[in-house]
Amino acid sequence: MNLDRRDFIKVLSTGVLAAAGAEKALAAEVDRYKRSPEAVGILYDATICVGCKACEIGCKQANNLPVEHSGLDEYHGVQNIWDSAKDTSPNSYIKIKVHKDSSTAKKDQFENGYSFMRTACMHCIDPDCVSVCPTSALIKDPVTGIVSWDIDACCGCRYCQMACPYLIPKFEYDKAFPKIEKCFMCSHRVKDGGIPGCAEFCPTGATLFGKFADILEEAKKRLTLAEGAEYSYPQHTLDSGKQTPKKAAKYIQYVYGEKDGGGTQYIILSAVPFEKLGLPKLPDHSSASKSEGLQHTIYKGMIAPAVVLAGLAVAAYRSTNQEEKEG
Amino acid sequence: MENLQPLGGKIWTKPFKVLTLLAVIGGIFIAKRFIFGIGSVTNLSDGYPWGLWIVFDVVTSTALACGGYAMAMLVYIFNKQEYHPLVRSALVASIFGYTLAGLAIFIDVGRYWQLYNVFIPPYLNVNSVMFEVASCIALYVLIMWIELSPAWFKQRYGKVPGWLNKIMFFIIAIGVLLPTMHQASLGGLMIAMGEKLSPLWQTQFIPALFLITAITLGYAMVVFESIFSANQFGRPVEMKMLSKLSRFIPFLTIAFLVLRFGVIAFNGDLGLIFRFDLAALMFVIETVLFVFPVVILWKPENRQKINNLFRAAVFFVIAGVLYRFDTFIIVFNPGHGYRYFPAFQEIMITVGIIALEIMLYMIFVKRLPIFPQVKHA
Repeated sequence: MNLDRRDFIKVLSTGVLAAAGAEKALAAEVDRYKRSPEAVGILYDATICVGCKACEIGCKQANNLPVEHSGLDEYHGVQNIWDSAKDTSPNSYIKIKVHKDSSTAKKDQFENGYSFMRTACMHCIDPDCVSVCPTSALIKDPVTGIVSWDIDACCGCRYCQMACPYLIPKFEYDKAFPKIEKCFMCSHRVKDGGIPGCAEFCPTGATLFGKFADILEEAKKRLTLAEGAEYSYPQHTLDSGKQTPKKAAKYIQYVYGEKDGGGTQYIILSAVPFEKLGLPKLPDHSSASKSEGLQHTIYKGMIAPAVVLAGLAVAAYRSTNQEEKEG
Repeated sequence: MENLQPLGGKIWTKPFKVLTLLAVIGGIFIAKRFIFGIGSVTNLSDGYPWGLWIVFDVVTSTALACGGYAMAMLVYIFNKQEYHPLVRSALVASIFGYTLAGLAIFIDVGRYWQLYNVFIPPYLNVNSVMFEVASCIALYVLIMWIELSPAWFKQRYGKVPGWLNKIMFFIIAIGVLLPTMHQASLGGLMIAMGEKLSPLWQTQFIPALFLITAITLGYAMVVFESIFSANQFGRPVEMKMLSKLSRFIPFLTIAFLVLRFGVIAFNGDLGLIFRFDLAALMFVIETVLFVFPVVILWKPENRQKINNLFRAAVFFVIAGVLYRFDTFIIVFNPGHGYRYFPAFQEIMITVGIIALEIMLYMIFVKRLPIFPQVKHA
C-alpha cells in the first residue's frame, strides 16, 4: 500500500466519521435515562375522578401552602372561604380542572360531555427543566425519580419555565425575593415511607400513588377492561385495602406519560382525548435530549473549540505581526 | 498603522441631556423592580417568562454588538488590513452592547444574589446551553475591555506596554472564538423549547442560523454606525471601505436563506408557510425583509451610493431583530391562552439601558483615541 492511498483512506474515514458524528448530533440522544427500579409515581384516572378537589386540599396541608383567592369566590358572594386558584401557581402545586364541550350532559365523553383533569408536575424521566437549569437547581432524585427544586442554587433565570412542555414551574413575579414552586411529589413524606398529600386525600382512587412499575401495570390492566365492566379501583395506594367499586368507562387505549416527552412518572388515563385535556402532543423523546445531543457533540472533550482557537491564534499572530512591521 | 485620536468636544450636549433623563427614568423603574418584584414593572408570566429584557437587551443587543467580533474576524483572522480603521469604533460599540446585556441579565433574573452559582461547582451545569452562553458572554466582556485597553494606555501614558502587545494576538483569537460559540448558542437556547416553537424556526440548525445573522448584523451595524456617527460628528464617510465591506451583507444573507429554506424543506415543513397563521405571516415578513438588503446591495454599482448602504443596513438590522423577536416571543407559543406584550415600565427600563449605552459610547469616542484622524481638514 503506498502512502498516497493510505492518506486517501485516512481522509475518507475522517469524512465518514465526521458525517456519522453530524448524524448523531442532529438526532436526539436516545435512551438517556430509564426509570429507576425504585421510581415512584402517580396514576391519575380521569374516569373515576369526581372533581371534589380534596387532592388540592391534601396538597396544601402536606406542604403548608396558603389558601388562594382569584375572585372566583367573591363572584359567588363569599370571601376567603374556599381556595379558588384558577391554575397551578406558587401556592397551588396541583389543580383539578374540568374540560367540557358545549354541554356537560355526560361524563367521560368529549362530545356533549366533560372530563376532569388533574394538572401537576409530570416528573419526567428526562426532564427538560433539569437539563436546562444553569445552576442545577432542579434535581431529579436518582432513586425515587422525584424532580425537586433547590432554593440555594436557583438564580431565577426561568429557563425551566421556558423549557417545560407542561408549563409546571411557577415563579413568584410579585415578590422581591422570588422562588420557583412546583409539585415535588411530597418527597419529604415519601422518603419516610409516606404517600403524597393528594393521594392520601383522594376519596375515589383517581390519584393513586405507588412504585412506578406497579402503577403502570395497573394502568395497562385497566385498558383491558371492557366498557361497563365492574372493577374495584384501589384507593390511595394499590395495597391500601380500600377500594371503589365502579363500572369501567370507555378508555382511550393509551397511557399518557408512558413515552410522551421521553416518559414521565405521573401517568394519566382518560376516556376523553388527551389533547382535549390540555396535554401537549409530544414526541417520544425530550427536547432536552436534542439540545444536549448537539451540545455534547460540539463540545466533546473541548477538542473542537481548542482546535479552532489554535487556528485563530495562528492567524491573529500573523496579521498582528504584519501590522507591527507596517506600523 | 493609521492615527486614531479622540474626537474631543463637549460632553454635556442637548442629546446627552435627553439620554440622561431617559436613563434616570429607567433607573427609577429598575429600583422599583428590586423592591416590589419583577411583576411590578413587567407583563411577564409563567407562560412567557422571557420577555423584552432577555430578548432585546441580551439576545438582540449582543447580536447588534457583533460589529467588534465581525470586524476582528475580517481584519485579524482573514488578514484584511484595509478595514483596520473601522475596528476600534466597532469594538467600543460592542463593549457597551455586551456590558449592558450583563446588567440587563442582573435585572431580569429573579434571584440575582445567587447568579454566581452559574459559574461555580457544584451548581454549574455543563448540559445547560445557558451555562455556555453565560460563561462565554462574561468572558467575552472581559476580553473586549482588554482589547480596548491600549486606547486608554495610549491616552494616559503615551504608549502601550510591550507585554500587552505581545499577548494581544491571543486575546484577539479568544475574542473571535467566544462570540462564535455564544451567538450560536443563543439560538441553541430555543432547542429545549421543543414544540412551543413553530418548525419554521425550531430546527437543529437554529444555532447556525443565529450565528450567520449575528455576523451579518455585525457588518450591518458597522455600516450603520459609521454613516450615522460621520453624520453626527461631522466627519467624512469612509465610503470606499464601507461599500467594499457592505458586499458581505448580501453574501451572508443568501447563505442564511439557503440554509434556512433547505432545512425546512428537508424536514418537510415548507407547507407551514402557506397556512395563513401568525407563524406563516411572520415568516413571510422576515423573508421579505431579509431579501431587501440582498436586492439593494447585489450590484456593485449600487454599493457606491451612501443612501443604498444605509438603507440596506437598516433593513438587515430590522430583519435580524425581527428574526430574534419572532423566535423568542412573537411565534413562541406556550399555549394555555398565554399572551405577552411588554409593559410600559418594562419598555422604559430597556430604553434607559439603551440610553446609558449611547451616553457611554459618546463619552468614550470623545475622550479616547477611537476614530481615525481626519486627513484633509
